[in-house]
Amino acid sequence: MSSPVAELTMIEAVNTALQHEMSVDENILVLGEDVGANGGVFRATDNLQQRFGELRVIDTPLAESLISGMAIGLAVQGFKPVAEIQFMGFIYTAFDQFICHASRMRNRTRGRLSCPMVLRAPFGGGIHAPEHHSESTEAIFAHVPGIRVVIPSSPARAYGLLLAAMRNPDPVVFLEPKRIYRAQSELVIDDGQALPLDVCFTLRQGSDLTLISWGAMLQETLQAAQSLAQQGIDAEVIDLATIKPIDKLTILESVEKTGRCVIVCEAAKTGAVAAEISAIIAEEGLTSLLAPIIRVSGHDTVMPLFKLEQYYMPSVAQIITAAKKVMEF
Amino acid sequence: MKEVAQFTINYSQTLNSTGQLNITLDALKSQGVSFEDLREFYYHMLLARTFDTKAIALQRTGRIGTYASCLGQEAISTAIGQTMQPSDVFIPGYRDAATFLCRGAKMHELLLYWGGDERGMNFEHNNQDMPYNVPIASQCCHSVGIAYAFKLRKQARVAVVVCGDGGTSEGDFYESLNAAGVWQLPIVFVVINNQWAISVPRSKQSACETLAQKAIAGGFSGEQVDGNDIVGCHLQLSKAIANARTGNGPQLIEAISYRLTDHTTADDASRYRDDQELADAWLKDPLKRLHTLLINEKISSELELQDMQTQCNAQVEQSVAQYLATPAQPVSAIFEYMYQEMPSALQQQLDELEQSLNSEV
Repeated sequence: MSSPVAELTMIEAVNTALQHEMSVDENILVLGEDVGANGGVFRATDNLQQRFGELRVIDTPLAESLISGMAIGLAVQGFKPVAEIQFMGFIYTAFDQFICHASRMRNRTRGRLSCPMVLRAPFGGGIHAPEHHSESTEAIFAHVPGIRVVIPSSPARAYGLLLAAMRNPDPVVFLEPKRIYRAQSELVIDDGQALPLDVCFTLRQGSDLTLISWGAMLQETLQAAQSLAQQGIDAEVIDLATIKPIDKLTILESVEKTGRCVIVCEAAKTGAVAAEISAIIAEEGLTSLLAPIIRVSGHDTVMPLFKLEQYYMPSVAQIITAAKKVMEF
Repeated sequence: MKEVAQFTINYSQTLNSTGQLNITLDALKSQGVSFEDLREFYYHMLLARTFDTKAIALQRTGRIGTYASCLGQEAISTAIGQTMQPSDVFIPGYRDAATFLCRGAKMHELLLYWGGDERGMNFEHNNQDMPYNVPIASQCCHSVGIAYAFKLRKQARVAVVVCGDGGTSEGDFYESLNAAGVWQLPIVFVVINNQWAISVPRSKQSACETLAQKAIAGGFSGEQVDGNDIVGCHLQLSKAIANARTGNGPQLIEAISYRLTDHTTADDASRYRDDQELADAWLKDPLKRLHTLLINEKISSELELQDMQTQCNAQVEQSVAQYLATPAQPVSAIFEYMYQEMPSALQQQLDELEQSLNSEV
C-alpha cells in the first residue's frame, strides 16, 4: 500500500505527524489548552480528539506548569506525552518543570525513570500578534542540559522532525515557527519516516559564504542567498534545525569550505544560539575564517508591539548587507 | 442572596499525646489494625528515628552532605508507607525517609543520595516511586500525570503525594489540586504541616483556618488528622486511599505535626523559633505516645521494645558500613545519564574532561 502524499502546510504537517504517531503508538497522548474540540488555536491538533478520544487528547485546565509537570508524570509511567503550550510567551511557567525535572529525571535516578516527552509551542514574530505572542527565546531552552531543542523550517521537515521528537527517549522542546505555519505548501509523504535529530540540513550549496539560520528566518535567508547569487556571490544555506545538540560537523565543514559565516536569527542578540554557533566556529574553525562572523539578529530590546515589529525582525536587506561585509573584509 | 456552597473540615485523633486511644482495642481491631500492626508501626518509626539520628551525625562528621531530618514526622510518614500498596506510587518531597524505608528503599540508597551520589535514587525495590523532589510542591504536578496514567490504563493504583505547609502556597500545588478534581484522579495529597517552612511559621503562610480546606477549591474533600498519631493517620489514609482506588477521586489529608529540629543540617532554627514552643512540641512526640500505648496495653514488653532498638541500631550500622564502602562513580557517570544515547557534542566534552584529568601534573 502506498503512503498518502499531499501538499501540506507546516501546520497540516504537524497535524499529520501527530495523527500518524497516535495511530501507530497507543502511548502517545496529546495534552494542552484547547487541543481537544477546538483542535488547538492554530489547529495543530485538529480532529485528534474526534479520532482518538478524550482520554488520549486531553483538554487541560489553563495551567502551564501543570501541563508540563503532568507530562512528566505520564512519561515516567511509560506514556509519551506531546504537550502543547499555546504560545511560547506562556511557556515560562512550564519551563520550571522542564529544567527542574524533565531534563533531570534520567540522570537523577541513574536511568531508572526517564521523560520521553515533547513540549510543542508556536514561536516567533512577524504575524502582528499581541504582546507575549512573538518572542524567540529558544536559547533559554538550549542552555538546559538533558533536553533537545528542535525547530523545523518547512512542512516536510516539520513532519519528519516531529516524528523523530515523539520517538526520542528524552525530553524534546519542539518550537514551531508560526509565521510560516501556512506560508507555503509542499509535498509531504505520510510514510512515518522520521528525520535525524542531530544533523543540520544544507538547503543550498555554495562556495563563497555560509548563511546559517533556523525556523522562519530561513525564508529571508534563502531570499538573500538568491539575491546574492544574482550579484555573483554563492552562498551556502544551512538550516540548523536541531538547536540542541548542535551538529557542529556540518557547520565546521561548510565554514572550512567557504571561510565566511553570517548567522541569522530572530532572537535577541545577547546569548542567542547565534552566539553559541559563533563560539563553536571560533573554537574549532578559526583557521578556516577569512572574515569575522556576523550575527544578524533581533535586538536586546523587548519585542515591540506590531507597529514597529518589522524593525525588530532581521530583513533580507540586512542579511545581504552582512554577507557583502564579510565578502569585502 | 442565597448560600450556594458550604463545607466542613473535620479533625481526627485516635491516639492522643499521652498514649491513650479514644477507641477500644477491639474497635481498632475491627477496623483492621492488629497488635502486630501496632508493633510494626513502632518498629518503622523507631527505625526512621534511628536512621535520622545517624544521618545527622554523619553530616556533622562530614560523611554525608546537607540532610533534611524527619524528626517529629515519623508517624504520618510511616503511616503513608505502611498504608499504601506496593503497586501504588509514592511521590515525595525531601523529608520522607520514613516513608521510603517502609516502601522498600534501602537505607544505604538514601545515604548515597544525601552523600552526594545519584545512585541513591536508583531504587532497587520500589522502582516506580519518584525520587526525592527538592523544588517545593512541583511533585504535585507529577502526581497528576502518574494518576492519569493509572486511570487511562484502568489500573486500581493510587498516587500518594506529599508536600509541606509551605508547599501549599505554591502555584503547582493549586494547579495540581484543580486538575485532580477535574479528572477525579486517584491521588491522595498529604500535606505534612510541621508548622514551619524554614523560618516562616504556619500563621504567616496562609490566612486559611486549615490547609485541608484548600482541597475544597479543587472540588474534593480535605480533612485534618493529628499527624503525630500513627493510628489515626493510618485509619484516615486507609479510607482516602481506598476511596481513590475505587474511583471516588482525590482527597487531601492535612497531617498536623511539628518539625522537631532544624529545617536541614544547614539551618539553625534557634534564630527564629522559640525554645518553649519546641519544648511543648516534644510533649506530642509521635514515638513516645505509641511506646506508652504498647507498654500500657501490654502489646509489647519493655524488653521487646529494647530489642527493636537493638535491631534498628544494627540495621543502621550495617547500612552505614555499606554506604561508606561504596566506591565513587566514575567521572563518566556525570555524562552517561543525560540522554539515553550520548550526543557526540557531549561525548567530546567527556573526552576532554578525561584527557585533562589524565594529564594533570
